[in-house]
Amino acid sequence: MSGHSTYQPQNRFLQWFESRLPIGGLIHSSFIAYPTPRNLNYWWTFGAILSFMLGVQIVTGVILVMHYTPHVDMAFNSVEHIMRDVNYGWLLRYLHSNGASMFFVAVYIHMFRGLYYGSYKAPREVLWILGVIIYLLMMATGFLGYTLPWGQMSFWGATVITNFFSAIPLVGESITTWLWGGYAVGNPTLNRFFSLHYLLPFVIAGVVVLHVWALHVAGQNNPTGVEPKSDRDTVPFTPYATMKDAFMVVAFSIVFAWFVFYVPNYLGHADNYIQANPGVTPAHIVPEWYYLPFYAILRSIPNKLAGVIAMFGSIAILAFVPWLDTSKVRSANYRPLYRQFFWVFVIVCILLGWLGSKPAEGGYVIGARILTAYYFIHFLVILPLLGLLEKTKPLPQSIYDSVLKHPTSAGGKLEGEPVTASGRKS
Amino acid sequence: MTKQRSLAALVFAGAFAIVASAPAMAMEETPHPPRQSWSFAGPFGTFDRAQLQRGFKVYHEVCAACHSMHLLSFRNLSEPGGPAFTKAQVAALAAQAKVQDGPNDAGEMFERAGRPADRFPSPFPNDNAARAANGGALPPDFSVLAKARSYERGFPLFIFDIFTQYQEQGVDYIVALLHGYEDAPQGVKLPEGANYNKYFPGHAIGMPKPIEDGRVEYTDGTPATLDNYAKDVAAFMMWAAEPHLEARKRIGFQTMIFLLVFAGLLYFAKKKVWSTAPHTPEQHA
Repeated sequence: MSGHSTYQPQNRFLQWFESRLPIGGLIHSSFIAYPTPRNLNYWWTFGAILSFMLGVQIVTGVILVMHYTPHVDMAFNSVEHIMRDVNYGWLLRYLHSNGASMFFVAVYIHMFRGLYYGSYKAPREVLWILGVIIYLLMMATGFLGYTLPWGQMSFWGATVITNFFSAIPLVGESITTWLWGGYAVGNPTLNRFFSLHYLLPFVIAGVVVLHVWALHVAGQNNPTGVEPKSDRDTVPFTPYATMKDAFMVVAFSIVFAWFVFYVPNYLGHADNYIQANPGVTPAHIVPEWYYLPFYAILRSIPNKLAGVIAMFGSIAILAFVPWLDTSKVRSANYRPLYRQFFWVFVIVCILLGWLGSKPAEGGYVIGARILTAYYFIHFLVILPLLGLLEKTKPLPQSIYDSVLKHPTSAGGKLEGEPVTASGRKS
Repeated sequence: MTKQRSLAALVFAGAFAIVASAPAMAMEETPHPPRQSWSFAGPFGTFDRAQLQRGFKVYHEVCAACHSMHLLSFRNLSEPGGPAFTKAQVAALAAQAKVQDGPNDAGEMFERAGRPADRFPSPFPNDNAARAANGGALPPDFSVLAKARSYERGFPLFIFDIFTQYQEQGVDYIVALLHGYEDAPQGVKLPEGANYNKYFPGHAIGMPKPIEDGRVEYTDGTPATLDNYAKDVAAFMMWAAEPHLEARKRIGFQTMIFLLVFAGLLYFAKKKVWSTAPHTPEQHA
């Protein structure tokens, strides 16, 4: 898709430049002429939204750093200095803190879209795994960033998370000490977390480039899961996808702005407005909402090491989804059983998140254990079995056919000229 | 097909039943603070200047004896979006404070009268001194306390809060706390020096009942009641914790209007562009 460029600059200087560095052709083939399936729905705009959010986080973050002091005695007050005395500092900080949450909202929608439409299947396995890596980097970056204001939840969250590593047999304690740069979470910890929090977003940006590159090699999946077969199945990226993405980025910004301007502390925790105090443990140590399902999985297992393994395993398992899902059909639109299990899985994840916010006691633990078991069963049992047992619906001949038959609901159900799933070349 | 559907439904129903029964098993009892009506709540909220001035008076004359507010400067009191004291009032107020400064040219520390740029003086030189004077309990700093206190809203209220923009848990809690002093119920044993408060988590609070009717004189005709003191000082603390709240909501509304118009324009532009997409089915059908 990228590679053969039809880009012919008219301007003399651009011609001169292009023959020396064909960056214009690269941009043209990647973001202008790039053929995009014509039946993409709005769930496909979250890639653009995520790119936008990464940009917002980097820009606001770079400015916040100009006013922030990474020292245990000054960090909390320097954040308050930003909130009080820096011009529009409150706006920058609320954009950045809520931006992290919005980033995760968008990435979860993006991931669930991939799971629903089978976007991880051949030839998009590497694309999917790069996405899982980005998600892991985002989790790390979010956690490191939450430590920086040095409030009570910052400190105790960092203590709890870094303590995971002490579960490793034999070397656990040494590794934890090495991570902390001391015998407890302290100033060296804050300094290195600050350094890494500044570094990782640029690593994310690098992996995003690979992710987009892999996307442009394999081409986008689409709601039918049928690969484009002719020019009729696609439209050029610009203006069609660009306009749609632009609209959704702005629509998403309305939700973002609602949180920033009207409920800026809704997604945070009140305890983080209390300066970190190693001598006082908060009643409930709760991570940011986007880690809650994994926190529930961690706490549902009585053994510490097993809990940590389960928690990391619950994320790592995503990388194996391309091989765990044995179905030949990509899109859940043509997989009546998978579609239901998909939604059950979504609800299980949300309920796990809710349980993660609750104290680990009584019925909450029992509920979290059952849902944790279901989480793994979904990937390890349901996905492999469904592919073998499920009777899928007939796929459309082409994307164009599906749009032609149902101009108003692209990607919906189809009648006529059926092609069975097994008869389709993949 | 029906069998398939019921299978998934069964899995879901099972999971839901277990999770829904969870809260009944785990419990913890502190009553929710009553909701107050605040002038600064909602998308167009602004502070009531007179209320902030009264709240400052309550803080200054009562709370400040034990509670510091070390992130605030006197100058903040005359800045836009706050209590709107005049510059002269602020200068006079600041001058009452004794501030340690220095070292001077001779290398010595000296005391001088406060200036508007100075921070509010703290009642104790350090936390240990504060604890020693208060039976071991540390009176928390007031600077961001209105945002540092909250209470569990529970499902489904916490979902509604996004849409109703309920962000006043902290101030509601503070008002409730000041009203919450009672005699300990039968059978409740309090630790030495602790007081019973209905709304304090765990009910045993170090602070004795700090204020009662008539303690602070109001000059604007507002009745000098505990209820008014509580609301006024809570409002003042909200401003202290979020001094740019008014600007935030004002700019928020402008941003919303801009984004809605922009999104609308982009939506119709997108529709127009797509209506002429190559091989559009309508043209071929």
